Amino acid sequence: MTLQVDVTSRAGDFALSAKFETTGGLTALFGPSGSGKTTLMELIGGIRRPAQGHVSLDGQTLSNSNSGRFLKPHQRRIGWVFQETRLFPHMTGRQNLTYGQWFVRKRDRREDLDRVVALLGIEHLLDRKPATYSGGERSRVAIGRALIASPRLLLMDEPLAALDDARKAEILPYIERLRDEGSVEILYVTHSLPEVVRLANQLVLMSNGKLLASGETTDLLSRFDLAPALGEGEAGAVIEAVISAQDEAFQLSQLTARAGQLFVPTLDLPIGTPVRLRIKARDVMIALDRPIGLSALNSLVGKIQSIEPGSAANVNIVLDCQGDRLLANLTAKSAEMLGLRPGTPVYAIIKSVSFDRLGLGMKP
Amino acid sequence: MSGWELLGLSAEEWTAVQLSLRVATVATLASFPFGLAVAYVLARGTHPGLVILNGVVHLPLVLPPVVTGYLLLLTFGKHGTLGPFLAEHLGLVFSFRWTGAALASAVMAFPLMVRAMRLSIEAVDRKLEVAAGTLGAPPLAVFVTITLPLIVPGILAGLILSFAKSMGEFGATITFVSNIPGETQTLPTAIYTLMQVPDGETGAMRLVLVSIGISMAALVVSEWLARRASGRASLS
Repeated sequence: MTLQVDVTSRAGDFALSAKFETTGGLTALFGPSGSGKTTLMELIGGIRRPAQGHVSLDGQTLSNSNSGRFLKPHQRRIGWVFQETRLFPHMTGRQNLTYGQWFVRKRDRREDLDRVVALLGIEHLLDRKPATYSGGERSRVAIGRALIASPRLLLMDEPLAALDDARKAEILPYIERLRDEGSVEILYVTHSLPEVVRLANQLVLMSNGKLLASGETTDLLSRFDLAPALGEGEAGAVIEAVISAQDEAFQLSQLTARAGQLFVPTLDLPIGTPVRLRIKARDVMIALDRPIGLSALNSLVGKIQSIEPGSAANVNIVLDCQGDRLLANLTAKSAEMLGLRPGTPVYAIIKSVSFDRLGLGMKP
Repeated sequence: MSGWELLGLSAEEWTAVQLSLRVATVATLASFPFGLAVAYVLARGTHPGLVILNGVVHLPLVLPPVVTGYLLLLTFGKHGTLGPFLAEHLGLVFSFRWTGAALASAVMAFPLMVRAMRLSIEAVDRKLEVAAGTLGAPPLAVFVTITLPLIVPGILAGLILSFAKSMGEFGATITFVSNIPGETQTLPTAIYTLMQVPDGETGAMRLVLVSIGISMAALVVSEWLARRASGRASLS
């Protein structure tokens, strides 16, 4: 499964150009509102025609401005999950779900109703109309409807943006399951970093109609130079760990990373599950000695790898904690007072309450 | 005793009622496909020339009905521009026939039908149609499975409006096909005739009551159908 995109487009005075390739799993398309994420999706899905360039999927050319080839959306077998769900109001859940099946040739059908209904837990919605669904239920049926059409690629356009945190937490495991089953490649538009950390194997960073970078999520998110594209104060490192113990009394999970032991808000996953977590640079404190009498539960041993001037009064510090890369934002004054230099051995202190619950989850 | 005698109608009056029902039904059903097509084009088309189509469709609404009737006579009359051609090749004769009354009613009711249907097409969320396309549905299938079911209330409203207008059409009809008992004498022209003769007032009153009854029935039925349709479209 590969999607190859190399397109430019222009609408009014907004210009977009992007070139990237995906190799399966879930690729997040991340950027602030107005950065061109949805436009890019429309170019891939065939809802919008690129001015220049080509889009191909598994070797099949979907559009090519040189040859003039342009497949209509209904000829592409690219599924969409829209932010507003767009369920058909005059149809029941079952009719909505099976709508796409009418238009797929028998030999191309990979999904059936029973499997998708079980996967998404939507049995009770089959005979009801969408007007009676809750927000989370609408999202799940919209995902199911796109899946049953047996798409070759699933485009998800901020499917969680309209939901509150509780509903997001309800839907995220289903998307994870979809990703891990690997039956369909997913392109996922979002402007939420926790969702990226939680879901994406690969990341495409967009800003102002331009593609800033694309590659492995863990690599891209841990780079200070890309931090401005993530949003104010969103710089941080993504590290991988394994659940090593559950502390039920205090509702904490203990993780083991290369950097050491970490306590995070409880994760409802079995011991031994590999997870991924993001530690924001502004949540990291630095101490020269092992702290005593401090409330923070996590202190990791490491040494300073580099110190660069950051925005305003800050410095950007990269730490090496036994192979895990951590980022820290300090004021230049603190760095000066502690006499931090590349190579200085330090302790990195992180409060357990600073972890973003939505962004904590199984490693993609 | 048959139904019309129970209502106290004379044979002639009953003929006028039957004729009116036939004229209105034929006018409404025959113009429906054209009305829907024009409504769709006006709602969705982007061609600048559509302004002219829109104007032509709405002309009967603003022209004096007599003028419309006269233009129909010039076009579809025995010696009109299209009349002889249609009579010879399609066997369609309009002048001084009930079919002419149906044509006049259809033309007069057309703007009302188009307007109701066009508004409902414009109200359809086109994002739903895009969504259907992404699920693999080609354009015709999108129209039949998404657009059409969603505009059923608008279609019904257009049909009922057209039917009611056709039941009451007077000016264009009497100008185009005159007022021949048993052939072109519909409810309104029959009432008009009865009012012109001495002792005709009771007959006119009977027809007025029948007219009110039919109009009320049409309104009630349309309301009921629209409720059912919109019920299907939202809550189950």
